[in-house]
Amino acid sequence: MMQSPKKRIVIIGGNSTIAEHCARLWVSGSAVDLTLVVRDRLKAESIAADLRIRNPQSVIRVREAHFTEPSAIQAVADESVDQGGVDIVLIAHGALPNQALCQQNLSLAHEALTINGVSPALFAEAFAGHMIKAGRGTLAIIGSVAGDRGRKSNYVYGAAKGLLARYTQGLQHRLAATNVKVVLIKPGPTETPMTAQLNQQLAPVKDVARCIVDGIDRGKPIIYTPAKWRWIMAVVRHLPRFIFNSLNI
Amino acid sequence: MVTVSSWGRLNSSEHKVRRLFDRHRIVQQLQGRQTGIAYGMGRSYGDVCLNPHGILWNTAQLDRFIHFDANTGRLTCEAGVLLSDIQQLAIPQGWALPVTPGTRFVTVGGAIANDVHGKNHHACGSFGNHIRRLKLIRTDGTVIDCGPNFRPDWFAATIGGFGLTGVIAEAEIQLKQADSSWLEVEVLPYDRLDDFFDLADSSHTDWEYSAAWIDCLSAKNTRGVFMRANPASAAVNQPPPRNRRLSIPFTPPLSLINRLTLPLFNSAYFHINKRRTGRHLAHYQNFFYPLDTVQGWNRLYGPSGFFQYQSVVPCRWAHDAITAMLAETARYGDGSFLAVLKTFGRISAAGIMSFPQEGVTLTLDFANRGSATQRLFKRLDAIVHAADGRLYLAKDARMPRDLFGSGYPRLAEFLRYRDPGISSALSRRLIGM
Repeated sequence: MMQSPKKRIVIIGGNSTIAEHCARLWVSGSAVDLTLVVRDRLKAESIAADLRIRNPQSVIRVREAHFTEPSAIQAVADESVDQGGVDIVLIAHGALPNQALCQQNLSLAHEALTINGVSPALFAEAFAGHMIKAGRGTLAIIGSVAGDRGRKSNYVYGAAKGLLARYTQGLQHRLAATNVKVVLIKPGPTETPMTAQLNQQLAPVKDVARCIVDGIDRGKPIIYTPAKWRWIMAVVRHLPRFIFNSLNI
Repeated sequence: MVTVSSWGRLNSSEHKVRRLFDRHRIVQQLQGRQTGIAYGMGRSYGDVCLNPHGILWNTAQLDRFIHFDANTGRLTCEAGVLLSDIQQLAIPQGWALPVTPGTRFVTVGGAIANDVHGKNHHACGSFGNHIRRLKLIRTDGTVIDCGPNFRPDWFAATIGGFGLTGVIAEAEIQLKQADSSWLEVEVLPYDRLDDFFDLADSSHTDWEYSAAWIDCLSAKNTRGVFMRANPASAAVNQPPPRNRRLSIPFTPPLSLINRLTLPLFNSAYFHINKRRTGRHLAHYQNFFYPLDTVQGWNRLYGPSGFFQYQSVVPCRWAHDAITAMLAETARYGDGSFLAVLKTFGRISAAGIMSFPQEGVTLTLDFANRGSATQRLFKRLDAIVHAADGRLYLAKDARMPRDLFGSGYPRLAEFLRYRDPGISSALSRRLIGM
């Protein structure tokens, strides 16, 4: 009997904890062909080893790449097409900057805007081109609730994530008539290394990953996770400016 | 600061929670002036996993598998991996945990640090008997690899060492072969304590698993349900049953297990099981982890929380000591729904502070009713002490120091291996630092 071909998945930012938990769910469902595109290979190898143990039939690759170099980004996308096309691309990388330091040091602000905004947008663009040609696939990008409205405590990060929201919106418009789906995921604060300094109630990463994997399956255009953030952010977005500006958030 | 309580919910206090994510970076993460204790799933009942106003190193996300050899059943993983993840990984490949406690939602690190046991102690010993190697990280940055045959002193101090010798980062476990995810179970109601002892003796050689529920209100004519099981053969390969998962969504204002409801619960449980007398097949999840299907069952005991009192007494005193403890419990009236009796076998534990020793272990739950409950414990303590027994630290929140000292005579030896950067509520209560 012919085996059905493995689902091909590429994760950009394969060291992200949210992405790692999505990957666990994917390999637990069926054998997949998964590529982790990362900046730091050492950490990725321990994630890849774990995934191979969870599903020995899966193929797990690790691909190191430069994340802010347009030609390197293009090369990652081209390569994955050469290997036979992709079913799911999850663009998951990011780093929470220190807002106060960014205000004092423009190169930190530049770095934060680049890695959280420009870089994921370019990855999305590079993969979108190939997916249109193939006429299939789902392109999922991790944004953030922080991108819904700028706040004084976190607007460098918020602006970069806001860029992704607008970029995704454009891609969704452009691809509306095709079979390619574009999904924007907006997690609230989640239990990951990125939020290790935050002292607040955080969403369990397993729940967030489950929500993302299900949303990608259904091709939902916008996923808030946990779902309550859809309503919280609806309120936040619509607060009149005179109230919003008086809030210390 | 985050509010944390243990499974008994006796109190909750603020902790500085530091999440450990990357096994290659633990050394750096442990450094600092304040003392801490590793915290996994918080499923121990008392204060072994707590460190109020201090640091908790949360290992829940230190949860990667490192190596698995499906031919030999050797599994290496990080300490935050859950037993449920191991069962899920291994059972379809013909392997299973050799020892498992009554919940699968505990970490490997916690299972080692408390040297947990299961229904097969008489056949397989406790969790630590199946650890081949572990990696311990001390707060001074030292990394200690140890096992039964290399640096065995560190190994013996860390198994059952309540996390006080260092943070367990990785472990290698020898799984056991499992042809099926089902067990052949036999249910035998009994109505005299002597019958329990007879059943336990006669099940010793031919049954891998055994444990008994006991109606702790039934005083003189102690009735209960004896359960024993063996792994089913490979021929039994049905899909797992669909379990409805219940959850207790909020804490009731008072304990739902009390002197009005308990006789009803106990009577119902006894008679339901009486109707199931005889042999049947049970899926491993239902046999090992019946309480895992009720999420948050610890809330049933109400806002003041509950104590679990688990003792082990040597065989020669077991009959008298258990009769006496049950009599005290029945007299107290507000007894325990989860009353479990089980015999521990001869296999000696790997840890110098491990709880299991040859004898009979009795587990009782009590809603926290303040001084009345404490008075009962004093009476139970006297019985355990007179019978040369000991209490299980993973369940303890209140044992007096003299009982700790008599129950764990190798304490002084153990203290040589303590990490001075590690401290817990339990260590301060029982050891003084």
